[in-house]
Amino acid sequence: MRIETPLTKEKIKALSAGDKVLLTGTVYTARDAAHKRLTEMKKKGEPLPFEIENAVIYYTGPTPARPGEVIGSAGPTTSYRMDAYAPELMDMGQSAMIGKGPRNDEVKAAMVRNGAVYFAAIGGAGAVMAGCVKNAEIIAFEDLGPEAIRKLEVEDMPLIVAIDSEGRDLYRKEGR
Amino acid sequence: MREIDVKKISEVIKELSIETNEKLPCDIEDRIEKAFSTEEGLARDVLGTIKDNIRIAGEKGIPLCQDTGMTCVFLEIGQDVHLTGGDIREAVDAGVKEGYGSGYLRKSVVADPLRRVNTGDNTPAHIHYEIVPGDKVRIIFAPKGFGSENMSRIAMLPPSAGEDGVKDFIVDVVRQAGGNPCPPVVVGVGIGGTFDKCAFMAKKALTLPMDRYSDDRFYEDMEKELLERINELDIGPAGFGGKTTALGLRIIAAPTHIAGLPVAVNINCHVSRHGERIL
Repeated sequence: MRIETPLTKEKIKALSAGDKVLLTGTVYTARDAAHKRLTEMKKKGEPLPFEIENAVIYYTGPTPARPGEVIGSAGPTTSYRMDAYAPELMDMGQSAMIGKGPRNDEVKAAMVRNGAVYFAAIGGAGAVMAGCVKNAEIIAFEDLGPEAIRKLEVEDMPLIVAIDSEGRDLYRKEGR
Repeated sequence: MREIDVKKISEVIKELSIETNEKLPCDIEDRIEKAFSTEEGLARDVLGTIKDNIRIAGEKGIPLCQDTGMTCVFLEIGQDVHLTGGDIREAVDAGVKEGYGSGYLRKSVVADPLRRVNTGDNTPAHIHYEIVPGDKVRIIFAPKGFGSENMSRIAMLPPSAGEDGVKDFIVDVVRQAGGNPCPPVVVGVGIGGTFDKCAFMAKKALTLPMDRYSDDRFYEDMEKELLERINELDIGPAGFGGKTTALGLRIIAAPTHIAGLPVAVNINCHVSRHGERIL
């Protein structure tokens, strides 16, 4: 199934764990260090560097682009490291996460509470994912290098609904 | 005394940085092919994507995975070799810096574990030096991603835990890791030695061929049994269930103390990268 951003609650509601989707639109990259800074900014009452309402955040730190290329290898990083920050961002309006690996109960509760979705990209398939990225620009935290926040325009990015907005979890046998 | 200029080592490290990050060892690729032929449904889809990824990375000359790793370098230096032309540690780091720069690889190393500022060139490398007989230098280069490194464990078991205790610990480490380390994984096991040596053996076991087993019949049987038990865990490719949780498992064992039974499990993802050269 093909879906486009912005990922509103209505669109997300139609997704179930195990669905294969092709995502087109705008996604923001952020991993450990960027998440830490985003939540610190919120604490200080500073505006975030992108619109968080209905935002899709992709947990990745790409390799540098070769000349003439948009981006380097760009597969997902392990998501549990963002579990400490994800509920807060969802409570602020973020509607989708892209990563790999299981999430904790707090994240799942925040997903159900906010009608959010967690997509898995295939870990270690960075070259495949790179091919779906049509544009990339650094919009914040450039000093973090690979961990800077990038705004990506993606086309038909292959994802699997790993945990849906009702909390069904593909990483658990009962969710399959 | 044979002389080898350390600049030669820098060049090899630079080449291996790029080569290992773009192409998998044949034994790992074979294992992925075999797994693909036995799986169905989502597990087969995931392995299909992994196969596509190997092809695209090779064709386009881009890294297989964005985590191009912290570089682990095993240097087996013949005792009849004299290294000339500079500091060996600086030569290895120069090769890493060159390779990660010109190969457009990710710089993933922070200078301090708590203050966390990126060094900007992926140095320093983690180097194991070993002095061995002969007049050659063997260089094994293994960039290590940390999604899987984070799932690795060590235990100082009491000798009473015995063979069963060791096996249960190994299987449990993989079970706990679940879908996190990019399964299907490759498992390196160290048994015995001291605390530090045990972890070293587990890491080095990841560089052994995964289409072969131990020469010691006892450990060959253990490798086969553990691989079977791990593949019954139903973690599967990407963690969504399936028959293939691990592509291979190798064990290195060493003498240990009468009071101890150390066991270390180093997990690697399916992008299990390593390459070697002999100078």
